[in-house]
Amino acid sequence: MKEIKNGNRLVIEIITAILFLIFLFPIFIVLLNAGKDPFSITSNPLSLPDDWFQVFRNMKIIWLDPNLRYGSSFFSSIIITVFSLLLIVLVAGQAAWVLVRTKTKLSQIIFFVFVAAMVIPFQIVMLPLVSWFRIVAKATGFQLLRTYPGMILSYVGFGLSLSLFMFHGFIKGIPFELEEAAIIDGCAKWEVFYKIIFPLLKPITATVLVLNGIWIWNDYLLPLLILGKGNRIQTVPLAVANYAGAYVKQWDLILTAVLLAMIPVIILFLFLQRYIIKGMVAGSIK
Amino acid sequence: MNKKKHDLIFWLFLAPAITAFLMVIIIPFLMGIFYSLTDWTSRPQPDGLQFVGLQNFIDSLQDPSFIYSFILTFLYTFINMFLINVVAFGLALLVTAKLKFKNIYRAGFFLPNLVGGLILGYIWQFIFNIVIPNLPIISAIYPAVAEPANLMLANRNSAVMAIVIAGSWQYSGYIMMIYIAAILSVPEELFEAAKIDGASSFRKLLHITVPMTAQAFTITLFLTLIQSFKQFDVNVSLTGGGPSTAFAGKFMRGTELLALDIYNTAFTSNSLAQSQARSVIFFIVLVIISMIQVRQNKRKEVEL
Repeated sequence: MKEIKNGNRLVIEIITAILFLIFLFPIFIVLLNAGKDPFSITSNPLSLPDDWFQVFRNMKIIWLDPNLRYGSSFFSSIIITVFSLLLIVLVAGQAAWVLVRTKTKLSQIIFFVFVAAMVIPFQIVMLPLVSWFRIVAKATGFQLLRTYPGMILSYVGFGLSLSLFMFHGFIKGIPFELEEAAIIDGCAKWEVFYKIIFPLLKPITATVLVLNGIWIWNDYLLPLLILGKGNRIQTVPLAVANYAGAYVKQWDLILTAVLLAMIPVIILFLFLQRYIIKGMVAGSIK
Repeated sequence: MNKKKHDLIFWLFLAPAITAFLMVIIIPFLMGIFYSLTDWTSRPQPDGLQFVGLQNFIDSLQDPSFIYSFILTFLYTFINMFLINVVAFGLALLVTAKLKFKNIYRAGFFLPNLVGGLILGYIWQFIFNIVIPNLPIISAIYPAVAEPANLMLANRNSAVMAIVIAGSWQYSGYIMMIYIAAILSVPEELFEAAKIDGASSFRKLLHITVPMTAQAFTITLFLTLIQSFKQFDVNVSLTGGGPSTAFAGKFMRGTELLALDIYNTAFTSNSLAQSQARSVIFFIVLVIISMIQVRQNKRKEVEL
């Protein structure tokens, strides 16, 4: 593979470039057709839009549409993603640390249960989760369904296993002498984690953030069950699904909604490409 | 510091994790298994839940639509795993050759992975329903392409392939990244030695690259298996389970994979207990497949 003649390399370069274009074709299709009127979409989906500003007018329609409520959905998606990520990192990080540093049978069992739970498919939990949240609300008055706290709690619960597992693996590699030195210097045990260990976790924290962030931002079924339809709070995928369901044939507007949903992730990817790829791949290999 | 003690910090630091885990996973999971043994429905049940034993499981296994979804999911998983891994390995081989724009190619192949399954389903629905029938090049070769009955999503077999295409498009770039890491870790000396021996590119691929990346296959096959088996989002937004097809003398949704079948049993047929029983079966199968797969691949690694 390594020593290729120049002629062969050119052929491989061209083949790869063609495959690259084929791979990105669906994205181009969205870009091309989001800014057209319905008639010119069906007459030739590959033609360039007649009016390049049509896409912004379509975006405005989408943004102002009272059924889609794109602006508020975007805001809700950000709140849910940011708070879930923050909590996942803190909760999983500190739990992983005490589980690594406490070498007992009990601590091993707790870790094993967390990791084994990764096999549990979402389908087996989804209906009882909703009915359990209803029971909790009835018993304590604390509303988890159709609220931010319920949504965020759910993400923390579902994101924990993998995140804890990754933190656990990383913390095992940090020498214990570092902590001993801090204790001798008079550091309290909780301070050891937040002042000494946590700053060292940056690389694995980045991985945990990327993996969970992309999952939470794009997730559809969990918000559908927890937030429900017709709620004041809805995420971007929920909004797009409702919209596409209601305006079946209006492809120009559906594609604009799709484009608006993709833009934030694609922009983030352009800037943080290396971290995102590294993070997502590292997450799977662990 | 005593490393062997469950002090206050141990429990304080674990408390949030254990609370969230119990609230979201463990309690609903146990409730779920319990519900699968009852007559739970979404209608009001003033007398409370009745225990019905394994009736829901027996009913599920006798329901043609469940059996159909099961077979379909296995087929889909098989085709999808095959396609994703072939495409991903091929792409990985291409972008690890010394190409000029290799980083741009890698990023481009990876990009679809960031688009959510639901959004992606709509994009491909547009491509299959609008773009392909209206492409002048295609309609010149095959004029009947635009007829509603000939659309890719209108026929069961081609609609399943449509889900495969959309799912592979999303996932191969991701799997490719794992293969890239594996290929780059193969020692250069092996290729040099092979070159001195006069080995062809194909032989180098077969006798060096493939065996040396065997460990990556454990991961990628496992990941694609689980990903395909759980497919839901693309299924919902691309085909929604349609078109209908005949199976065991009944009409049913032709592209309804297991996850969607479980969902529809709960929300379209309102049989929550049935849906719960199906998800328990789903869970058991998932556990068994995962265990076999991991063991099989471990053995293969040792042999090579």
